[in-house]
Amino acid sequence: MGRQTPLFKLHQELGARIVDFGGWDMPVQYSSQIGEHHAVRRAAGVFDVSHMCVVELRGARVRVLLQRLLANDVAKLRTPGKALYGCMLNERGGVIDDTIVYYLSDSWFRAVVNAGTRDKDLAWIRRHASAFGVEVTERTDLAMLAIQGPEGRAKAAQLLAAADADAALALPTFVGREIGGWFVARTGYTGEDGFEIMMPAADAVPAWRQLNSFGVASCGLGARDTLRLEAGMNLYGNDMDEGTQPFESGLGWTVAMEPRERAFIGREALEPIARDGSPRKLVGLVLTDRGVLRSHQRVVIPGGGEGEITSGTFSPTLERSIAFARVPAGTGAAVQVEVRGKLLNVRVVKPPFVRFGQSLIGSSKGPS
Amino acid sequence: MSTVPADLKYTRSHEWVRTLADGTVAVGITDHAQHALGDLVFVEVPEAGRAVKAGEPCAVVESVKAASDVYAPLAGEVTAGNPKLKEKPETLNTDPYGEGWLMRLKPAPGALTGAALLSAADYQKVLEAEGG
Repeated sequence: MGRQTPLFKLHQELGARIVDFGGWDMPVQYSSQIGEHHAVRRAAGVFDVSHMCVVELRGARVRVLLQRLLANDVAKLRTPGKALYGCMLNERGGVIDDTIVYYLSDSWFRAVVNAGTRDKDLAWIRRHASAFGVEVTERTDLAMLAIQGPEGRAKAAQLLAAADADAALALPTFVGREIGGWFVARTGYTGEDGFEIMMPAADAVPAWRQLNSFGVASCGLGARDTLRLEAGMNLYGNDMDEGTQPFESGLGWTVAMEPRERAFIGREALEPIARDGSPRKLVGLVLTDRGVLRSHQRVVIPGGGEGEITSGTFSPTLERSIAFARVPAGTGAAVQVEVRGKLLNVRVVKPPFVRFGQSLIGSSKGPS
Repeated sequence: MSTVPADLKYTRSHEWVRTLADGTVAVGITDHAQHALGDLVFVEVPEAGRAVKAGEPCAVVESVKAASDVYAPLAGEVTAGNPKLKEKPETLNTDPYGEGWLMRLKPAPGALTGAALLSAADYQKVLEAEGG
């Protein structure tokens, strides 16, 4: 048995199928994974993301610490509550984890890191924090709900008192604030609008039940995975890890090479890649033939060379299979993928595949 | 609780076998199997004329989550793959014992009597032992 979130018993009561995810017993689906996916694209769904690790970083030099730890530059964060997505790198430029950090004050940042990498992340952060006099505290007292979908914010706001609801609905994209005793952030991992709300563990079950009563669908990690893949968002451990660098993982946009004097960990290893280009890149794939693309399948490039799928699934919105693959930098618009000994035809696209309920890849139905 | 029709034979790997009037058999996956797999989005069935051995992977069913092999419950020759599943793989979820059949087989001589197939009652026990 793994670790359990404050919502575990409710998930069981709601009939969820429970699976191990990074050492946690988590709901993978309640009724239909595809149904849950559509609920988020078309209306609203709620996910238990309490397994994710919330870390408070406090100290006068916290900004300087994060400028060393993150490949993205927290100097971009000027308004309290503003969030930044970025990667922690090792000295070789490999990705230790991806994280969202919130700037709360000049002596207080909050980071959210992945559940499966919690131990190594905390050890890494603490190892560097002591030199900067920054105190690192894991918030195990909080639950976190993600309420996502075109109706997500309006439904979630109904959990709050009127004045608090107004404050929550006024939050700009990628900003979080303490509202009515909860930390409400306009962030997510689905490609839809929505909130992620950190709240005291005891509030989680009543909040979930209320959301259900407002018509918000309970959604599992299965739908979360198809939604994030459609939205072109990476999954740590699949699409990048310590053996891959951001520029070959579709994460070049999260690396701030300027200003040049900012000595973040991994910078030296990335300098030549930033200058000369990465020999490999992460691309989106859309299967034109029938079948389902899966991680680790071999990508065959016409004229030579090959790559590998890092994440693949069936896209419920596009009704065909989509994937991310790491391929040679010069790869063109058409490749093949080997599935059970057969070569299937695949179109190369630039993710995301879907945003705000709409297909972004042209005709969603190819010839087949 | 998944349904286990009394008139069918079963395997431990969750296939069902129905003996048809012409001596061939229809093969599919059980209600328990479709439920465990979740929403099915792609099905690959064997071509007619293919000879299969008992226990040989002969079809693939893919849900959103994963691809799974389906094993031939007995030796024989494939007489038909279900053509409807190409367009409507979800039929396996909605009607696993009916329209969702995967293939028809002409059993090899003695294969039907020799195959270690389970009765509905014995298959039910397998499910209970698996906690399903």
